[in-house]
Amino acid sequence: MSQESVSSSTASTRRYYPLLELVAARVREFYREPEAIFWVYGFPILMTIALGIAFANKPITQVDVVVAAGPGDREVESLLTSHDDPKFQVRILPAETAWERLRTGKTELVLVPHTAGGGFTFLYDPARAESMMARFAVNEVLQGPKRIPIEEQHMTERGSRYIDFLIPGLLGLSLMGGGMWGVGFVTVDMRIRMLLKRLLATPMRKRDFLLGLMLSRLLFMIPEVLLMLLFAWLAFGVEVRGSLLSLAFIIVLGAFTFAGIGLLVASRARTIETVSGLMNLVMLPMWLLSGIFFSSERFPAFLQPLIKALPLTPLIDTLRSTMLEGTPLIVLWPELALLALYGTLSFAIALKIFRWQ
Amino acid sequence: MTVAIRCRQLVKVYPGPPPVEAVRGLDLEVQTGECFGMLGPNGAGKTTTIEILEGLLKPTSGSVEVLSRSWDRDEAELRQRIGISLQETKLSEKLTVRETLVLFRSFYRQGLEPEEAIALVSLTEKSRTRVGKLSGGQKQRLALACALVGDPELLFLDEPTTGLDPQARRQVWDIIRRFRDRGRTVMLTTHYMDEAERLCDRVAIVDHGKIIAEGTPRELIQSLGGEHIIEFSLIDGNGRAPQAELQWFAQVPTVHAVREEDGQICLSVGEPHIALPALLNRLRDSGLELGSLTTRHASLEDVFVSLTGRHLRDAETNRP
Ligand SMILES: Nc1ncnc2c1ncn2[C@@H]1O[C@H](COP(=O)(O)OP(=O)(O)O)[C@@H](O)[C@H]1O
Ligand SMILES: [Mg+2]
Repeated sequence: MSQESVSSSTASTRRYYPLLELVAARVREFYREPEAIFWVYGFPILMTIALGIAFANKPITQVDVVVAAGPGDREVESLLTSHDDPKFQVRILPAETAWERLRTGKTELVLVPHTAGGGFTFLYDPARAESMMARFAVNEVLQGPKRIPIEEQHMTERGSRYIDFLIPGLLGLSLMGGGMWGVGFVTVDMRIRMLLKRLLATPMRKRDFLLGLMLSRLLFMIPEVLLMLLFAWLAFGVEVRGSLLSLAFIIVLGAFTFAGIGLLVASRARTIETVSGLMNLVMLPMWLLSGIFFSSERFPAFLQPLIKALPLTPLIDTLRSTMLEGTPLIVLWPELALLALYGTLSFAIALKIFRWQ
Repeated sequence: MTVAIRCRQLVKVYPGPPPVEAVRGLDLEVQTGECFGMLGPNGAGKTTTIEILEGLLKPTSGSVEVLSRSWDRDEAELRQRIGISLQETKLSEKLTVRETLVLFRSFYRQGLEPEEAIALVSLTEKSRTRVGKLSGGQKQRLALACALVGDPELLFLDEPTTGLDPQARRQVWDIIRRFRDRGRTVMLTTHYMDEAERLCDRVAIVDHGKIIAEGTPRELIQSLGGEHIIEFSLIDGNGRAPQAELQWFAQVPTVHAVREEDGQICLSVGEPHIALPALLNRLRDSGLELGSLTTRHASLEDVFVSLTGRHLRDAETNRP
């Protein structure tokens, strides 16, 4: 035994794990700050409720209707297409495809022609405001002097309603918002308080610090996601068709990706105002285009490459596929790879350009 | 004696507009085992200098050597061997004292147990208290503990007692002294002359980014020529302050320097028991009356005033 370790009672034998301590410190700080908990957990939910109401009440200018192929389908198509207010976007598709589009929110209403009698069955989800409006708008156009017999079939089968479609969208939205705000604010706050500079003055590895921020975000997300899925299940009976393990994998990957993007956005900002502005700027296109409330495929074709490249789109698409259709992960690999790429690249760039003081 | 810190011709210009020359050619040598202080008014360039020495800022030009290593090549090793307390850091308010120290300890390969560091700064009773609930003095001691928890050879402290009450300041000084007494090196900045005088083995007086005097506090005070100060004011028969004849006071035995400000006449005196009777005799002979009279030991403040014509506390407003 060396002289040093014999004589010095202060020589420490305990092992320390800086990454673990950084995560622990972040978690403690977070749960000891009630305001932050509101902003991270409460705010996204309130915001989605508000947005949901806003979207539900918007006047419909264009209604997406699918006529299932059958007798009289052409007539209905021309009748609806010639109508102006509201404008109908009409497609004739095989019944199976029509059903699929309705289920995934790409269309609002499906008309199934009756084989005899010239009537129709309206197929839709009455819980979805747009579908209700589409149903009445279409009915008004069809009902000329000669009354056409109408039957209704409601999509109330679990996994096929609008709410089933909406929940993965909201999940994606809150993973994005939570990751970006959760990591971004804290980073800039620590910068303002000179805490980053103080940490820089220790032998702490920079990678550990940034990784710690991202890992702690993954932990905060768990209750958030569980709460949301549990609520959706209890209140609306929304179920997960795919494996829960696959779903968990996608959620963790999504949280990681957006924590990384949040870190990148906050990597140079010196004030809370700057970082808020940047966050909104980055998130706005995804709010609008990534298919939170309705399928992103409804945007024009020339926008599709852009939309597919936004990180929220693959997240929501894979969440939906897993929850609604039970698609196995292996099939979703290109989207998942894109997500992972976004996360890793953001982290690497953030590490490079991070402003410590 | 080995050298703990050495810098040569240190220059730091903050890019403008307008560019600020915060440090303008500063040479410094700190010996191992001493407590070295940089004393200067606000804006003198103390923080800039110490942060360059700490490897947190890049100098515009000049060379820096810390523990015989350079920041460019040996940053990782140096970080393990030094402890730093910045001028302003707000540690996380939600963490407890102990949690904060465990976090900082985890960054070092070796060091004190967090409990030992807490005991070192007498915060054992506050170990489970959140940082947000600590007083200013306790926070400052926690900052010191964070700097000490890696068991450093060299400690950098930027204004360790600014804003603290006298008792809290004395507690901080005791901690620093105990560290120094174990043979470790301390480099600190301060704008309090009493702190520099009582705590530091050697002091560099900094003004406008340059060292204008350096030595032990005693040497610096002796450089005034007299270690005592006699301050007085005069009133004539009508109760007004007469125009004082400054040269005339310089003739008083053992007086080395005379200056006047705001009607106060200030003499640097070698031996007050000789100077004082002589002064009083002269005043009586010329029919002048004393308004006030005090004698005291000369301080580093007097050294600063004699070198710059300004006081430490209001030097900043007089910046050219
Ligand atoms: N980041 C900065 N950018 C521009 N000027 C600065 C910066 N930091 C300090 N200064 C200026 O440099 C000078 C020295 O500042 P500083 O080193 O903080 O002095 P001290 O610590 O002695 O009060 C001051 O005039 C200050 O305004
Ligand atoms: Mg300073």
